[in-house]
Amino acid sequence: MLRYALLRVLGAIPTLLLVIVLAFLMVHAAPGGPFQDPRGLPPETLKALQEAYGLDQPLLVQLWRYLSHVVRGDFGPSYHYVGYSVGELIRGTLPVSLLLGTLAILLAVLAGVACGTLAALRRNSALDRLLMGIAMTGISIPVFVVAPVLVLVFAVKLHWLPAGWTGSGGLARLVLPVIALALPQIAYIARLTRAGMIDVLGSDYIRTARAQGLGTAAIVRYHAFRPALVPVLSYLGPAIAAILTGAVVIEEVFGIPGLGELFVRAAGNRDYMVVLGVVVLYAVLVVALNLAVDILYGVIDPRVRRR
Amino acid sequence: MSRRTGLRGRLAGNRTVVFCLAVLGLVAAVAVFGPWLSRNDYLSTNFDLVLDGPTWAGGHIFGTDQLGRDLFVRTMLGIRVTIAVALVASAVSLVIGVFYGMVAGYARGWLDAVMMRFVDTLYAMPFIFLVILLMVAFGRNFLLIFVAIGAINWLDMARIVRGQTLSLREKEFVEAARVTGVPAPRIMLRHIAPNLIGVVVVYLTLTIPQAILVESFLSFLGLGVQEPQTSLGALVHDGVNQMEGAPHLLLIPAVLLAAILLLFNFLGDALRDVFDARQEP
Repeated sequence: MLRYALLRVLGAIPTLLLVIVLAFLMVHAAPGGPFQDPRGLPPETLKALQEAYGLDQPLLVQLWRYLSHVVRGDFGPSYHYVGYSVGELIRGTLPVSLLLGTLAILLAVLAGVACGTLAALRRNSALDRLLMGIAMTGISIPVFVVAPVLVLVFAVKLHWLPAGWTGSGGLARLVLPVIALALPQIAYIARLTRAGMIDVLGSDYIRTARAQGLGTAAIVRYHAFRPALVPVLSYLGPAIAAILTGAVVIEEVFGIPGLGELFVRAAGNRDYMVVLGVVVLYAVLVVALNLAVDILYGVIDPRVRRR
Repeated sequence: MSRRTGLRGRLAGNRTVVFCLAVLGLVAAVAVFGPWLSRNDYLSTNFDLVLDGPTWAGGHIFGTDQLGRDLFVRTMLGIRVTIAVALVASAVSLVIGVFYGMVAGYARGWLDAVMMRFVDTLYAMPFIFLVILLMVAFGRNFLLIFVAIGAINWLDMARIVRGQTLSLREKEFVEAARVTGVPAPRIMLRHIAPNLIGVVVVYLTLTIPQAILVESFLSFLGLGVQEPQTSLGALVHDGVNQMEGAPHLLLIPAVLLAAILLLFNFLGDALRDVFDARQEP
């Protein structure tokens, strides 16, 4: 098991390195550079700025310097918000995004597994068809369509919940963003659970358990749940990535001061170091979470370890 | 049950496939020809008729936007752009994915291992953010959007094509070709590729909605198609800003975008059923 985990961790390092180098090169290949100003900077100012930020060095030196700083958690200075480091900007916005993402993934797994199990147990019934129809719709409708429509219905028309990120705090402002973020993932997880559950419920050992007089509830709980949820577990990696991506839009729609909002704003300002820093952070998050899921997969399903 | 045989027969006998294709064809036809039938164009502003609701009598059947432009023509233009981006991006992913997967699957051994390890590595990347980075660095180039989306979507295609090629290369007819001295590139082109069409078509119908999703996501964030051009994602974004006073600006493009994505997903699901039926006789 330790060997398996260790191999996985080692395998993740080249991925991370590749993302960082690719993102770094993209930023530095940009025509004009970070200090392109429509009014035109005097050449000596430009030169001084480039020297101050080390941009006059050869590309490889800059890359090495960036990598060695990132390893120590230093993402460099922001070119737009003078005096702020990228690390400070990220630290200010990360907590709210983490809260949002964690709640969304929890909701997605709980609601998705519940709906999928229900549909599998009542296979081909009206309820099954209804749930799966809703799920297909949920998968097809993008987050940035769901979110504004939810706002329109529940905030603008019905006045049940706040439409945006009100400063006063409170849990009410989290409800709509979390639901909008989780909805497509609930749908996907429900479909996976249903398929996995139907597959498992048709197997021989379940028939044996049934023959021994076990009730449906006990069969699902003690025998069917674990194997049926393996596909869901392996989907968690992509689900987390999708929720991170979706959060960018959600934060934009609801005006939440999170990481995604920082990213879009920095993209608009051409604040290269911030954009680069957030991409690197997202890459670390996605790779680390995928890694965690992979290792968990090995814990639950011993067959995976031997490959 | 109809007893029609052959692929075309089974496709024509599948109600979901026929329905989805018919509606998508209709949407595409209206998007292409509709603007010619309307007396409005997508650029003209009319500040006397700003944020007007949909009416038959006024000639603006979808209403007007915040600049008094006709929403029907703009929506049709949006659908055109959205579908064009999706088709070109899917074609890019098709070419890369099929070529890559076929080479890896046919070569086997270390080359296959290296190529697939590379695909695994790319899978773990937060691609959408790299695309945004690309847009920021190089400006909002239309061509770049096509290429970027295509470059994301080829991974699935490569994996599936490789899997199929692995089993196809062991079939008797491929072995026969190999024994008679047909060179490998020719075997891939003439004997393997034609047998991949089924799988490729199914995954293409699932790639198209993914490409639409990415494009509209970028446009929604203001990083994709630029004014006065538009796409469904950009229209949804405009609608969000006006939703309190004029909800039709949000609802019409949102519903159309959702419907197109839903139709493609249903089509892909149904096609998978049709082609799977062939695998297990």
